[in-house]
Order: sequence, then structure tokens, then C-alpha cells
Amino acid sequence: MGGTQRPDASQVRRFEALALPHADAAYNLALRLTRQAEAAEDVVHDAFLNALTGLDEFRGGDARAWLLRIVRNRAYDWLRERKRKATTALALVTPDDPDQDLEFEFHDPDQESPEDALVRKGEAASLWAMIDTLPPRLREVLVLREMEEMSYREIADVTDAPIGSVMSRLARARDQLGEAMRRLRDQREGRA
Amino acid sequence: MDCAHDPLMIMALVDGELDAIHAAQTEAQIAACPSCAAEQARLLAQRNALRGDGVRAVAPSRLHARLAASLAEAAAQPPRVQPQPVAAIRRSRPWAWMGGGAGLAFAASAALFFAVGQVGQSRALTNELVASHVRSLQVAHLTDVATSDQHVVKPWFDGKLDFAPPVIELKPQGFPLVGGRMDYLGGRTVAAIVYQRGRHTINLFVWPDGRDDEGGRTRQDQGYGLRHWRAGGMTYWAVSDVNPADLALFEADLKARTGG
Repeated sequence: MGGTQRPDASQVRRFEALALPHADAAYNLALRLTRQAEAAEDVVHDAFLNALTGLDEFRGGDARAWLLRIVRNRAYDWLRERKRKATTALALVTPDDPDQDLEFEFHDPDQESPEDALVRKGEAASLWAMIDTLPPRLREVLVLREMEEMSYREIADVTDAPIGSVMSRLARARDQLGEAMRRLRDQREGRA
Repeated sequence: MDCAHDPLMIMALVDGELDAIHAAQTEAQIAACPSCAAEQARLLAQRNALRGDGVRAVAPSRLHARLAASLAEAAAQPPRVQPQPVAAIRRSRPWAWMGGGAGLAFAASAALFFAVGQVGQSRALTNELVASHVRSLQVAHLTDVATSDQHVVKPWFDGKLDFAPPVIELKPQGFPLVGGRMDYLGGRTVAAIVYQRGRHTINLFVWPDGRDDEGGRTRQDQGYGLRHWRAGGMTYWAVSDVNPADLALFEADLKARTGG
């Protein structure tokens, strides 16, 4: 019954030392997957509490990869839940594979175009907006590789995918982001 | 790319995933093929952009505070292994068949066991105090009400606690008041009053325990100093990384101002 018991104070302290240094990494990944600050906070909060409960399952090694895996799964739960609600609202047939159509995004009218974000906030925000036009499976490999500087092996562990898929997703993500950046540059030059 | 080379090899090179032999081969390709060189440059430019200032999001202080609160609550649960209460040992009376002397010796060891239990408990409390102090030093969780005005901090607590912690400005004594916050320790809500000493932070945890006054004693835990005293039915714990003499001075200054 070890797994169902509540953690004691010394376990919580161990967890804090292990997990809190990775709060930024967790939030950054959650934010790029959910694309909403409030949802990202909820995802990280819930994921960390889940991780605390499952602390026994952490057998040493890379705490960041362990945590990001849990954060990622929680973020996908959130995406699926949102998708399910939207699908129900539109009275559409639920696809057999709940993951399948995560590749296709609803147009979010609240989301700014990269150009608007650039005008409003500068470089970082326009990059966010461009990353956010990619499907989540491409976004996450980009975040893990370029911002967390993880190896293909580590990304494969976090995203639960073979290394070959990690590589092909990374290549597609970079192509699509490169294309978005090129369009933006053209547009800027056109405006100037 | 209009050459026959595999763009995945260039990507893997940029990502540092190739062994020495393949890396050398791919570098040779890049040197010989302008379109491969352009591909490499494109990947590196994109990387520079993604690693630029502010692109990696930073967890907001609100999230830090929320995590700290939830984890503190989880930590306040009782430990898994409870020390066996002395009363239970007594009830079983394993020494009843012995002579009085043996019974006395067992009673003495039971008392010792009890004392050890107390030390273990207070050890758990000092651990909690230090953990709370460390958490409070994380981004923006130091104070819920940030002001050096004791007349603001005190009423703020009044609305939230079932007791009134003394909130005293000690700036003239070299311990400026920074603010206050609610905290959760040993299964109850406590007041944390925050002071500064130079660049160091002092967390003063206060809650009522209705016990007799007791002079201050300093101890060390995980590199932090803790000073504990009791006055006026309240128990006080000051936690900081200032030197221990400063904590004693802090206690004295505070008592001088509260008349304790």
C-alpha cells in the first residue's frame, strides 16, 4: 500500500530539492504545449503533485527528464480534454485515436498572428507565436532540443517516441519554423 | 537542398549526435557543398533565435507560490512511521512478573524512549522550519504583505489568524521589517514575520502554544541557524543564515520592544 499513502515531510523535502530547480523547464514546456499561461500553471502544478505521489517510481538519474515526461503527459491530457469539449460542442464524431487529430489544430481566434506579436512585444513573443503555429508534437521536440538542450535519446524518453521519430519530427519542426521565420522576414521587408 | 546529401546528417551534426567518423564526413560534405553549408547555417541561425533572451519562458512567481503552498500542505501530513506511544508499552506490562527494581529500570528506559521521541519530533519541526525558510526565499514568496509598516502588517494578520502575533518594527536596531505571510507548519497555520539583517533574511515564525516562558536557545540545521523561545503564551522560531549572535540579539531586541 506504499504507493497510495500520502508522502511524509522528508519525502516532500527530497522532492522539493529534486523538482523545484526544474520549475522553469516544466513551465516553458507546458506553456508551449497549452499556449495559455493559466493552463500551463495548472498543468505544472498538477504534474508536480502527481510526481510527488509517484516519487517512489523515480529511481535516480535525470530528474528533469522524469518531471518533463509527467508535465508533458499532463499537458496532453489538457489538450485532449479541450479537444473533447470542442468536439462535443460541435457534435462531431470522436476519432478512434484520441491522439490522432492533435496534429490538427483548431484556429484559435484569440491567438495573435506572429506579426501582431512582433509589433506588440518584440522578438521573443513573435518566436513564441511562430512556434505555436506548429502542431504540439513538433513544438515539444523543438522546445526540448533547442531550449532544454536535450539529446535525441532524452527527447525520445520524455516524448515516449523512438529516436527515428524524434529526428523526423525535429526536421519537420525546423522546416516549418524556418518557413514561418522567412515569411515574417519578407513581410517586415515589405513593410519597411 | 539540391544536392544528394542527407539533410538529417547535417541536422545530427548540428545537434552533436554524430560520432567522430560521421562528423568528419559530414563536415567535409559541408565544406564542399554550398547548399549543405546553407542548411547548416539555417539550423544554427534558428538555434540562436530560439536561445535568445526571454524565449524560454520563466515560471511566474504565482506558480512558485502555489507549488510552495501545495507542497507545504503535503509536508504537513503526519510521517508514515509513528513512534509507538509510551502508553501502549505500559499497558502491555511486560515487566509485571519482575521485581520492583526491574520495573523501575524499565520505567526509566520508557522515559528515555519518550525523551528521544520528543527530540525526534522537534527535529522534524526544525526541518520544516528550515524548509519553509528556504521556500520563502524563492521568487516572490517571501511575503504576502510586503511593507515595512507594522501598522499595515498587524491588521493584515488579524483578518487571517485566530491569534495576534506581535508585529514590531526593529529598524533602529538594525532589523528592518519587510513584511509578513501565512505559513503552514506542524499541521497548523502560523504567522511568518519577515525581517532583514544586512542582505540576509530572517523568518520569524510565531504561533500560540500556551506554555511557560522559556529563554532562547540556538541550534543549527542544514546550515541555517534557528533560535527558539517562548514568551506570553506564544512560541517563537527565528530562522536565518545570519550569524548566531545576531539571532540572539534579534530575540533580545524583540523582547525589549514587546516587554516580554
